[in-house]
Parts: sequence; C-alpha cells; structure tokens
Amino acid sequence: MAMLANTQGIDDVHPKPGERNVDETALPVMTLTGISKSFPGVKALSGVSLQLHPGEVTALVGENGAGKSTIVKILTGIYQPDEGEIAIAGHSVNFPTAQDAGAAGVTAIHQETVLFDDLSVAENIFIGHAPRTKFGLIDRKEMVAKARALLERIGAQIDPHVTLRELGIANKHLVAIARALSIDAKIVIMDEPTASLSHKEIEETYALVERLKAEGKAILFISHKFDEIFRIADRYTVFRDGEMVGAGLISEISERDLVTMMVGRSVDQVFPKRTPQLGKEVLKVVGYSHPTEFEDIGFSLREGEILGFYGLVGAGRSEFMQALFGVTRPSKGAIRIDDRIAVIRDPNEAIRQGIVYVPEDRGKQGAVKGLPIFQNVSLPSLGETSRNGFLRLAEEFRLARDYTRRLDLRAAALDQDIGELSGGNQQKVVIAKWLATKPRVIILDEPTKGIDIGSKAAVHEFMAELAAEGLAVIMVSSEIPEILGMSDRVIVMREGRIAAEFEGADLTPEHLVRAAAGITETDI
Amino acid sequence: MSLATSETSATGRQIPDRLKSAMQRFLGSWELLLLVVAVAVFTINSFASPYFLDPWNLSDATFNFTEKAMIAFAMALLIISGEIDLSVASIIAIASTAMGFAVQMGADTPVLVLIGLGVGLACGAFNGVLVTRLGLPSIVVTIGTMSLFRGLSYIVLGDKAYTGYPPGFAFFGQGYVWWVISFEFVLFAFLAIVFAVLLHRTTFGRAVYSIGNNPVGALFSGIRVPRVKFALFLLTGLMSGVAAICLTSRLGATRPSIAFGWELEVVTMVVLGGVSILGGAGSIPGVVIAAFIMGMVTFGFGLLNVPGIVMSIFIGLLLIAVIALPRIARQVMARRKA
Amino acid sequence: MSGSILKSREAILGGAIIVLVIAIAARFPAFVEPSNLANVFNDTAPLIILALGQMAVILTRCIDLSVAANLALTGMAVAMLNTMLPGLPVPVILAIALTLGAVMGLVNGLLVWKLDIPPIVVTLGTMTIYRGIIFLISGGEWINAHEMSDAFKAFPREVVFGLPVLSWIAILVVACFALLISRTPLGRAFFAVGGNPHAAVYTGINVGLTQCAAYVISGALAGLTGYLWVARYAVAYVDIAGGFELEVVAACVIGGISIAGGIGSVGGALLGALFLGIVKNALPVINISPFWQLAISGSAIIIAVAFNVTSSRPKGRVILKKAEHAT
Repeated sequence: MAMLANTQGIDDVHPKPGERNVDETALPVMTLTGISKSFPGVKALSGVSLQLHPGEVTALVGENGAGKSTIVKILTGIYQPDEGEIAIAGHSVNFPTAQDAGAAGVTAIHQETVLFDDLSVAENIFIGHAPRTKFGLIDRKEMVAKARALLERIGAQIDPHVTLRELGIANKHLVAIARALSIDAKIVIMDEPTASLSHKEIEETYALVERLKAEGKAILFISHKFDEIFRIADRYTVFRDGEMVGAGLISEISERDLVTMMVGRSVDQVFPKRTPQLGKEVLKVVGYSHPTEFEDIGFSLREGEILGFYGLVGAGRSEFMQALFGVTRPSKGAIRIDDRIAVIRDPNEAIRQGIVYVPEDRGKQGAVKGLPIFQNVSLPSLGETSRNGFLRLAEEFRLARDYTRRLDLRAAALDQDIGELSGGNQQKVVIAKWLATKPRVIILDEPTKGIDIGSKAAVHEFMAELAAEGLAVIMVSSEIPEILGMSDRVIVMREGRIAAEFEGADLTPEHLVRAAAGITETDI
Repeated sequence: MSLATSETSATGRQIPDRLKSAMQRFLGSWELLLLVVAVAVFTINSFASPYFLDPWNLSDATFNFTEKAMIAFAMALLIISGEIDLSVASIIAIASTAMGFAVQMGADTPVLVLIGLGVGLACGAFNGVLVTRLGLPSIVVTIGTMSLFRGLSYIVLGDKAYTGYPPGFAFFGQGYVWWVISFEFVLFAFLAIVFAVLLHRTTFGRAVYSIGNNPVGALFSGIRVPRVKFALFLLTGLMSGVAAICLTSRLGATRPSIAFGWELEVVTMVVLGGVSILGGAGSIPGVVIAAFIMGMVTFGFGLLNVPGIVMSIFIGLLLIAVIALPRIARQVMARRKA
Repeated sequence: MSGSILKSREAILGGAIIVLVIAIAARFPAFVEPSNLANVFNDTAPLIILALGQMAVILTRCIDLSVAANLALTGMAVAMLNTMLPGLPVPVILAIALTLGAVMGLVNGLLVWKLDIPPIVVTLGTMTIYRGIIFLISGGEWINAHEMSDAFKAFPREVVFGLPVLSWIAILVVACFALLISRTPLGRAFFAVGGNPHAAVYTGINVGLTQCAAYVISGALAGLTGYLWVARYAVAYVDIAGGFELEVVAACVIGGISIAGGIGSVGGALLGALFLGIVKNALPVINISPFWQLAISGSAIIIAVAFNVTSSRPKGRVILKKAEHAT
C-alpha cells in the first residue's frame, strides 16, 4: 500500500508499478539554467536549474517557501526572472505574459482551480484562445464542440454548456485539466493536483497523468505526497530555500534520502516527549450538527489533553471547529464548558467562555495585517488592557511583550506591521493573541501548515507546554506524523461525521488512513 | 494555571516596543504634509487678497467647511472600517424637511433639534440594517438611499420651501459664542476632539481599524463586526442630522435641493485627510487639516472672484493628485532601484 | 445555477415591467399606444446607451461616476463647435463626440490602470473636473437652439422607419453590445476580470488594460450621448444631465449587474433602463407628481440589490452526502 507507506521514515525504495522506460540520454524539452528571482527583502530563487523531458514526469519537491510556486509563476509568465535562461528545445525563450507562455506550449494546472465561476465550462476552457469565426467573433459552436471533445478525451462527463459554479470541486479540476490540454502544450505543470481530491478522484488523476505521458508531454509535478511522487514520477528535482539541491531518477533514490535532501537534515521529526496529566473534563460536545457541513459530532475533552482531529481535506473538521468557535451556528447540538451549558453565537462569546481558535487560513482569519504586532496581540484582550473603553497603550505593550517573548517571536519591534513577518512568526503572534486571553480550550487548525521547520518544532514544543499547564488542546492536522506525535487521542472525521476514535496502541497510521478514507478490511 | 508572564520565561529575546520615536513618525506622516500645504495656502491667500486676514472674513470662511467636516469625522470612521455612506447629503435634506414640517406644526427649537437628530439617527439605522443585516454592499445601498431620502424631501416639498424657523433656532448656524468665534466653529472643534479621542484612544476606535484592515480576522478575534459597523452608520446618520440643524439654521429655509452634492465634498475631505478609501488607515487630525485646507481654498478663490465651479475642478484635481502622487513617487523609486 | 438565476431575474424584471405597463394601461389606455411607447423608448434611449457602457465598467469591478459630466462636457464642446463652424457635417460631429468621450474615458482608465487608484475616487474626481471644464470653456453661458444649425439639431429627431434616429442608435448600441459581450474576447474578458481577477492573470488577460478598455467604451458612449442629448433638447449648459450618473448606475443595479463585478447581461441593463424610463414617463400620466420619481428609483435600487444578494449568496461547502443529494 503505497498510500500507507507515507507515514514515518520508511527506508526501502518503493517498488515501481509497471515498467518504467526512462531514457537517461533523452534530451530535455525544456531547460532552465541559473534562474534567480528576488522580491523586496526576499531572495525567492537563486540560480536554480530544472530540466523537463518529453514523456516523463518530473517531480518538484520542496518545503513550503522553497521556491516551487515562484518557479511555476516564472514558467507560466506571471513573473519574470531577474537572471537566468529558459530554453525550449534548445532555443532561448522568455514569457512576458501568461499568453506568451501558453503560445510557447507551457500550460499549468494550478493548486487552487483558477477558473471563472460565472462562465460556462466551454468558456473556461477556451478563455483567451477561443476559436474565431471569419469575422473575428468567438465561434461558439466550434468552441463547444472542441470543449466536448477535450472533456471526452480526459474521460470527464461534463456538459460544456453548464456554468462552472454548478460543478463540484473534482469536476472543476477536470475542467482545469481540459483547459490545460486545450492549449497544445508540450509542457504541463501540475501544481499539487491531488491536494483536495478524494481517493477515487486521485486515481483518475493518476490515470490522466499516465495518458499525458503517453502523448509525449513533459510533466512537472509538484506534490507534498511522497507516495504519489514515487508512484508516478520518473525524475525528481529538489528545491530548498530557493536553491536547487538535487535532481535525478526516482528509481535511484529512497524516500528517506529524498526527504532528507528536501529538509536539509534528518527527517525523523522529533516531537516533544510528554506524559499527559489529565485533569477534569473541560469541554463536552453533544450532537453538534449543521445542515450541510457536519453531523452528530460529540466528544469530551479534559484539562491537559491534546485531542487530534484527523481526516482528509474537506472532511468537515475546520467547519466543525468554526462552529464550535461561533463563526457559524449549528442547527442542533449542545456544549458544556466545565459544568455550565454554554451557548456560543459568535466568536466573541466563544472567547469569553474560554474557547479560542487558531485558524488554518492565517492570512485571512488569523493575522489582522495592517495592524502592528502589539495590537494584534491585544485585540481580543482589549477589555483587559483598557479602562472604561479607553485604550492604555502601556498595558497593551506589556501584554504583547510578555506573550511574544514566551513564544520566542522574531521581529524588529512590537509596532511593526504583522504582515511584514514570516508565516511562522505570524503564527506565533496569533497564538500569543489567544494565550493572552487565558483560555480553557485552544483549537489549533493545521497549526504548522506552511511554516518553516524551525517554527514548526517551536509550535509543537509550545503545544506540549500548554497542555502541561492544564490547557485543553484540540489540534486539527492532516499530517499523520504530527497527529501521531502530538495527540493523546485522535478523532477521525470523514464526510462530516466522526468515523472513528483511537487512542493508545490503536493509534497507528494504518488505522487513521483507513478510517479517513472509509476503507474497511474487506476492501484491502 | 499561570500562563506566561515576564518572570516565568526568559527564553525569548527582548523586542523593542517601537522602531521609530514619536517625532520620527510625525516627520514621515501625511498629516505633516497636509500641515505644510495648509500653511502654504494660508500664506498665498494672505498675499493674494488684502481682505483675507480680516478676522471677520476668516470667521465667515469657517462656515465653508464646519458642517461638512462634522459629517466627515463620522465618514472617516466609516471609510476606515471599509464602508461608505453616500446618502449623507440626502439625510440632511430629509432631516431638514422634517424640521421644516415640524415648524409648520408649531414646534419650537428644542423639538426641532430632537427631530433633526432623530431623523439622522433613523436614516443611519436604515442604512446600517441594510448593510449589516442583509449584507448588502454599502456603496450601492447608500446610492439607493441617497435617491430615496432626497426623493422623500421632493415628495413633501416639490418646488416649495419651508421657512419661518423660530428665532431661537438661528443660533446654531448664525450665532457667535465669543467675538468672531461662531457656535458652529466651537461645535466643529468640540466634535473634532470627540472623534479624535473616539478613533485614536478607545477600544471602539481600535475595533474600527481592525475591521478595516481585515474584517474576517477581526471577527475571528472576537470583534463584533456587524455591531461596530451598525454603530458607525448610526453615528454618520447622527452627524448628518447635526449638520442638517446647523445648515438649516444658517440658511433659515429648507428646499429639497439643500446640501446637494455634499456627499462628494465630504468624501473628498476624508480622502484628502489621508484616510484610505480601501479602509484600514487614516486619522482625525488629518481630516481636520484637510477641512481647513478645503475651506481656505474655497474662501481664497471666492475673494479672487473665482466661481465655485472652477473651485470644484481644483478639488477634483486635488483628490486625484493626493492619491496619485505617492503612487507615482513609489513607481519612480521602484524603477530607479531596478 | 447562477445562469438560471440570472435568466429568471431578467424574466422577473421583464414580468414586473409588463405588469407595470398593464396596470397603467388599465386606467390610461393611451399609455400603451404604439406611438406613446415609442416615445417612452426614445426618451429612455440615452439612459439605455449609458447603462450599457456602465455595465462594461461594473463588470470589471469598477464604476464610472463621470459619465454624466462627460456627456455634458462633450455636448457643450460639440455645441460650441457647431456655433463656430455651422457647416460641419453631422458624421464629423459624431466622430468628434465619440472621440472626445473616449479620451475622457481613457483618462479614467489610465488612472485606474497605471496608477491603481480606486475607481470610485478617480471618477468622483474626474466628474467634478469635467463639469468644471464645461464652465471654463463656456464661461457659464448657455448655448440655445437658435445658435445651433438645423442639421445639428435635426439628426437625433429624424424619423426613419417610424422611429427617431436617437431610438435607432440605442437599438444599434444594444445590438453591438450583445455581440461584444457574448462573442468577442474583450467581452468575455470583462466577465473574467470581474469574476476572478486573480485567475484572469493566469489566463493571460491583462486586468488593468481590460478595465481601461471598459472605461474607454463607457466614455465613448457618454460622448455620443452628449451630442444626441444637446441636439435633441437644443440647449447646452453647465448642468445638463446633472446627477444622471446615479440613474445610470441605478439602471445597472436594477438590471441585476453585480456591483462586485463579473455578473450581468445586456438584457438586464436594457430592462433596468426601461424600467426607470417607464416609471419616469408614467408618473405624469397617472397623475403622480414627478417629484416621486427620485424616491421610486431609490427604492428600486435598494430592492434590486437586496434581491441580487440574497439570490446569489455563496453557500458553504456541502460535505454531508445526504445534503449533497438534497440540493
């Protein structure tokens, strides 16, 4: 089971499904050499190289912030490199706009489907290069016919006339793929194409990749899932901190070596050792339901406990957490905090009842960019730091100093705009903001997503510390090592419901993955 | 449970509170630039016309901006929070009409004031409900209520006018507190301080900034976003009511076209004062200085017999220029660096 | 789904208009006589033309508040030109009006595109500037009927196939717009830019350029209307069409064009303008003071926008299987 092998440092080289005919002498169709790109204050790429070969899948591997999305934007004409050369079939090219990249045969299927909800499927596929009549008008009939043919080619049963809004996420994805193919591309970039798809849809995507390979396309495949990389990629290129640190054939490297190359140190993540000291029950949730997002969620949580919530992306975990935090309202269900029945109608009430939430979408929901660090920290505690509604800046600074120091924040000054900080440091400010409210329950939603490895360890360390001090912690995570390394107990959600609950010896990667995917014993 | 205080953990490094001193921040501020412009306008005016420096003339000049500025204070808060109210001038019209109607019914001054304020509040509440309860975009809602409120005035008044306000009522727009200092100017100064304190020194003001910078983030930090926004619409309505009292008192008559086009001048004043039209930034001192600049420019042009409509070209250019110039400067700087 | 909502809301608006007309006709049959309806249409023609231009701008997430000032300035300019050169043929006047309007639109567009100034600020500013310029060039004087040449005044009123030229121009603009919006890359780019600017960049669409193009179109149509307006009413002065920009925006909002961009249709804008035009023309017929008009259009805007938002409010993600089937 390749899917299950992705859990914790596994040594063996994966068996290859089917035959792989990697012609090591084949000339690359596209070559990037010495590409550099800087943004104010950040060097995103420094002198990276990358080669793509026809009929082969090259996996681009790297941590968040390694420069993967920057290279994709350079390849698709969104950014221009500061220096370096892009060559297609030996000829130097440059892409001043996205249209030029398309004309040169480069197309991308993006992580988040960048399409237009209010246009029809056919229009989405052909916007920017629609077939024209001899008067220069868009030839609708031709466009629909071509769209239908493309969709059939990728095995999608979608009516080209319908509006994109009516489609589900997986079908939208297929439209994006059809769009990519509508440009007669030699090079296809797939930026985390399976990130938000279900098991079955992922399989279909793999089949599609195989078909594209057979058609001789050069594919750049960006993914965080190692099982996937070892299953479909022929070659790999590793980026770290904006530099190219390795490249080669997938058949000649082990997963562990690849990960080591990616993070630049040994991969066995060290999680803080802790002996949970469980106190009395703090939170009890019964029958929490929402019309469309989740149903019948119930559990209890004790002081000093870290409760993990695992599941696939889109299983309803964040949606439930936001309801618990009062952002949305449940249709049914009740909660009890300590011995009181609590009614939470908005986040303000949740905070006053002692429930706080560190959201997954840090940029939008966590940090208030534009406000300085100290004001971000004091925002939910303004009642404490003010007197009769009047601000006391000295109190705010004191609060901010205390809590940011404890989280080892790196910043130039406390009146610096939070938007200027790195992702990891922003996360620290968000956590500091909540600790300053002296909560009973802290919910951390994907707390280490998109932050650097150093901050990641700091956040883990800190979670353990908080639990040791008697705080009840709920952690939503899609990373199995994190879930296993941190949680005392794990609830697995699937399709909006609790699928299973594990603790102690039952807490194994296999159990979690099966419960999340809905695989029963007989399926294996 | 003793969560971190400075004594318990010494792990983190000390981060200074502020990077720049108060003086440094002032030197780089929009308000300083405005102040320089204001001084320049004042100087030019006093050279251009011998009548400019006359105390009574200057006092008269303040009427050019005091009423608009009262609305601009509330509008500044509203725009900082990311909303806008284009119906303010129409609120003046409907509040003034209501007062005029009450006069016909025999109401005396205190009742008139209550009616002016009450109608302002009611209109603000109407806007606020549409925006915060129904979740409609404020720019469209207030374009709608702008027509609706003034339209109601037209229905009541048609091409007629209300006059005959009681003598005591004249004080608000025509009275002087001391020497050349008018009641309106004192009210303006008082409201400037109230709003400056409200925005810069209270938790409410902080909530306004946080909503303007990131409404979702503010909600997720426990700020009651709809409530704050509703309060801001109420406040803007109330200030429009106050302005309606002053203006009606000053003119001594109500026509449905009263204060026509003021919404644009108020928005211009706010934007000129350094408030970001996209929300999240701005200050009351900036708006106060902008009000003075606009008032003095109008007055100066008036002394030079330049018609009001030419004045409006200047205001329009000023509005675009104050936003465009920093952007052009930034683009030139970026190009030079590259 | 949104497609069907859009169509159904056009149907609702169309239905409302029909009901309105029938209600008026029940008591005042003269209102629905073809000649009167043609009059109403002719009266509404400027609003229709401007609403279509405004639609292009609003689709790209912008707004153009300077259209009425643009109209007035162009109207004054061509009227003055006419007094100076009475022999100038009408096609030349039309070309000048279109160009002048387009240039003013271009100024708006460039400020939005190149300097990234919020559209509302730009057009608030240019609105007062353009109005002021009228005063500068005219010195505040009126240009009256007797100063204009007969050919200049006659053009919009000339009756061709039973309708005045003004009406035919409106019909032509509607037809061109229908083609532009549905069958040209630029038309589709309006929707793409407004619907998802981020994605538009990825598909090679230049967002700023597209917005600028929308402003140029809106400006050119305002210029065209400027000549037609001045010629039809045979008078030009500083304040003509004062406040008309709001009526134009109102027509768009009533016609279901989302102020947030990316949603709207030619039919919607046309119906929105017709609705306002019919109300305006019906008021005197049914003996209601024309002073009611402002309040009615204000209420119509509020009702229309409330309807827009509640029918297109994004729903949360559907996770539960049973809920998926239920929707």
